[in-house]
Amino acid sequence: MIPEIGHFALILALCVALVQGTLPIYGAAVGNSRLMALASPAARCQFFLVLTAFGCLAYAFASKDFSVLYVAATSNSQLPLHYRLAAIWGAHEGSLLLWTFILTIWMFAVTLFSSHLPEAMRSRILGVMGLVSVGFLLFMLSVSNPFERLIPAAVEGRDLNPLLQDPGMVLHPPMLYMGYVGFSVAFAFALAALLGGNLDAAWARWSRPWTTVAWCFLTIGIALGSGWAYYELGWGGWWFWDPVENASFMPWLAGTALVHSLAVTDKRGGFKVWTVLLAIMAFSLSLLGTFLVRSGVLTSVHAFATDPKRGLFILSFLAVVIGGSLLLYAWRAPRVGLGGGFAPVSREGFLLANNVLLVVATGAVLLGTLYPLFLDALDLGKISVGPPYFDSVFVPLITPALFLMGVGPLAQWKKAEIPDLAKRVRWAAGVSMLTALGLPIVLGEWTPLLSLGFLLACWIVVTAVVSVREQLAHVVGGGIGTRLARLPRAYWGMLLAHCGIAVFVVGVTMVKGFETEQDVRMGMGDVATVGGYTFRFDGVQNVRGPNYTAVRGTFHVSRDGRETALLYPEKRRYTAQNQVMTEAAIDSGVVRDLYVSLGEPLEDGAWSVRLYHKPFVNWIWGGCLIMALGGALAVSDRRYRPAWRREPQVVPANAQLAGR
Amino acid sequence: MNWLFFLLLLVAGSAWAGEAKPMGDDPAVEARLKQLAGELRCLVCQNQTLADSNAPLAEDLRREVREMIAKNMSDREIIDFLVSRYGDFVLYRPPLKTTTVLLWAGPFVLLIGGGVALAVTLRRRQRVIVENAVITDEEHRRVERLLSPGVKES
Amino acid sequence: MSRFLLPLTIFAVMVGFLAVGLTLNPREIPSPLIGKAAPAFSLPQLHDDGKTLSLDDMKGQVWLLNFWASWCSGCRTEHPILMDLARSGVAPIYGMDYKDQKHEALAWLDQWGNPYQVVAVDAAGRVGIDYGVYGVPETYVIDKQGVIRYKQIGPLDDETVTKKILPLIQELQAK
Repeated sequence: MIPEIGHFALILALCVALVQGTLPIYGAAVGNSRLMALASPAARCQFFLVLTAFGCLAYAFASKDFSVLYVAATSNSQLPLHYRLAAIWGAHEGSLLLWTFILTIWMFAVTLFSSHLPEAMRSRILGVMGLVSVGFLLFMLSVSNPFERLIPAAVEGRDLNPLLQDPGMVLHPPMLYMGYVGFSVAFAFALAALLGGNLDAAWARWSRPWTTVAWCFLTIGIALGSGWAYYELGWGGWWFWDPVENASFMPWLAGTALVHSLAVTDKRGGFKVWTVLLAIMAFSLSLLGTFLVRSGVLTSVHAFATDPKRGLFILSFLAVVIGGSLLLYAWRAPRVGLGGGFAPVSREGFLLANNVLLVVATGAVLLGTLYPLFLDALDLGKISVGPPYFDSVFVPLITPALFLMGVGPLAQWKKAEIPDLAKRVRWAAGVSMLTALGLPIVLGEWTPLLSLGFLLACWIVVTAVVSVREQLAHVVGGGIGTRLARLPRAYWGMLLAHCGIAVFVVGVTMVKGFETEQDVRMGMGDVATVGGYTFRFDGVQNVRGPNYTAVRGTFHVSRDGRETALLYPEKRRYTAQNQVMTEAAIDSGVVRDLYVSLGEPLEDGAWSVRLYHKPFVNWIWGGCLIMALGGALAVSDRRYRPAWRREPQVVPANAQLAGR
Repeated sequence: MNWLFFLLLLVAGSAWAGEAKPMGDDPAVEARLKQLAGELRCLVCQNQTLADSNAPLAEDLRREVREMIAKNMSDREIIDFLVSRYGDFVLYRPPLKTTTVLLWAGPFVLLIGGGVALAVTLRRRQRVIVENAVITDEEHRRVERLLSPGVKES
Repeated sequence: MSRFLLPLTIFAVMVGFLAVGLTLNPREIPSPLIGKAAPAFSLPQLHDDGKTLSLDDMKGQVWLLNFWASWCSGCRTEHPILMDLARSGVAPIYGMDYKDQKHEALAWLDQWGNPYQVVAVDAAGRVGIDYGVYGVPETYVIDKQGVIRYKQIGPLDDETVTKKILPLIQELQAK
């Protein structure tokens, strides 16, 4: 009964979405405010309907209802409750439901925070989102219904893929989807503006916080996925340039460009056409990512549920949504004015250059990801495009972007002078150069990439310090503390996000440059030394988990005779699917990770063991977290709050500062 | 003091156990193997490198590569050995040939294209700079008005 | 106008490729060995250690080489088809017991039947590597001159046998 309620709720949601996607847009076109007024209630109603469906599926999982095909396929009676709930998005059908659910969450949020928008604008935004939702609901109801019954019911479920039985599974997909789907708001804003012909500063101001929030979620989602792969896949890598990873990285790159381009549109009225295109691109790439992951056109370590037949549906949907919006763009964008002028050397100029670099990088990732498919489709042979390609192409493209990241915030809007800029950054440049040359020598090894990494990281941080100093000079009165606090949060957010990149770069540079690894054969009591740490193997014992049996090794790690950690890597055999998983053991620290993974048993109770010492690896994810925090801080800036919540006396000073 | 304790521990430890042996006999061979296998794709679990994969075929192939390294074959010869059996698919670094020119040149063609487009835009914008002010005060007021609650634009 | 149509054009091209891509199997890797001489081997026979089977023994006939193992589930799936093929006698089938235990392989053949003329033992999997095997079962069609003409990756099925393999064998035998 409960699954049928869920199914029915989805059908109703489709009806509501159809209404939401058509009448308000029509109403906005003909100026009928009664039709436009339908948008918000329809969006809220749709949210509650999809919430109901989601709840029903959750209930089916929680109550181990193996008469539902999807539940039987992705869970098991011995699977712990939190993984049974995470199994909702453990395969194709449920992932789509999560996608749609998150879309309706964003819709609901738009209805809550858009009371100050012109009615036509709001109707169009919600209408566009409704149309996107129609596609996904239709998809679920036609070819991938999560509530399909299995009659007679299965006695036992087939279980969730053991790779997915991990805390990462609980958090990573919802975060990632919050990011992916969050770009639908910016997309809907852009289409609404194209439809209405009012691409103005107000439009950019409204879109900005939405885009930034989505970007934060996406950043965290990607970081979580990377961290999860790092400890779960058992070979200590954190990014493989795998198609599925690229699918999440491309919207991130486009989204990052969008965040910056919106800043210009908001403050200077420029880049309107470009911003619209980026908004369409960011969401299109999210949809493309969904297609690549769900259709099975590319192989991936992370693709767990693929089905080419369904791929055709998503592809058609993709063609309609993206093709339609690009057509609208081609039709309406030429009429949009240019916006304010600016000199080539100016903050606008730098931001535009950075945007070009980010988009080119996105294009490069897209090319590398799809190229094997292109060749195969043309019957020109099968090739693989992997990390060596992406590393050698991506680094040269992104390096100038990171360099510009340092100068950009220092340049004035409209027109800046190179000699003046050079004077202001000269000691930043000096410090960075010295660090780039000196630090690798201090650390005992010099390679060009090490120097480059330190140069960029240092440059970003030091120019941020320069920027703060200069900003402070403009704030009058008060002690240093109050003056710092007077600087707008949006400004701090930007700097923090930029410093997050620096932290990330340090992490990558250190891991790539200094990680050490040993592949050894260890018997009881044997010791091996990696990165100055001594690992002693104290044998294995058998342990039982809720739905697996495991062999657990014990490793004593010491440094200079002092015990640092006890590590218990496991080799698990999940009973339902009889699948073996390597569970690495990690001792995490700010400056290094110690990573042990058990290989295969050898004769005489010995094991093949992989030991890694990974310096600064956590800075990679820490950097992402800092970026996301920066985004959150920027969104909390008072300029994005509705006017009635702002303290009126602060507004002028703040607007002046932020607008400079 | 510390190092003395460490030394004692080592001596004591080695009485009943030894230094772990590397999986391969010759560290130089292992280093080259790691470097080579890190750029080769495992055919069984297709999205892992040959170095990372635990599939039996990957182990066999590592053994073959190890033997070839020991026989002093060049990287080129070893890669040719694998490509003649499994095709270009095993290479994570696609070889430069007519079918992959676009792949390798593409990003830089894009960069040049982007650079040209950027230059054109910047020149055009520079001309606009004198003609009109950026956002007029009237526009600013409209933004503020729109952002305050309860105002509908008619 | 034209530059505003550029994104749409790029997208349209991409959709075209993706549509074609949907019909392809990304996991299947075509063998570079097709059209090339089959790699030589000389291996002990499963049923008689003393004798060896080498590539030259099959010269002058069109034959099938099937890599299999008792631990491989796909081999069970395709086994009835191999038995039918063997009974029909269109072409001899030679087996290559890939990375297997001898007694298990023998027991497996006893239990399910033996479609092979001769089975050679590739215990270390080296001949498998020479033939570019990456997942058993794999089946090769080799012509009279010892050139590989076709490779089936994964279990044989009725459709592949009737539509591809049988016509190919007839064509090669007629030459």
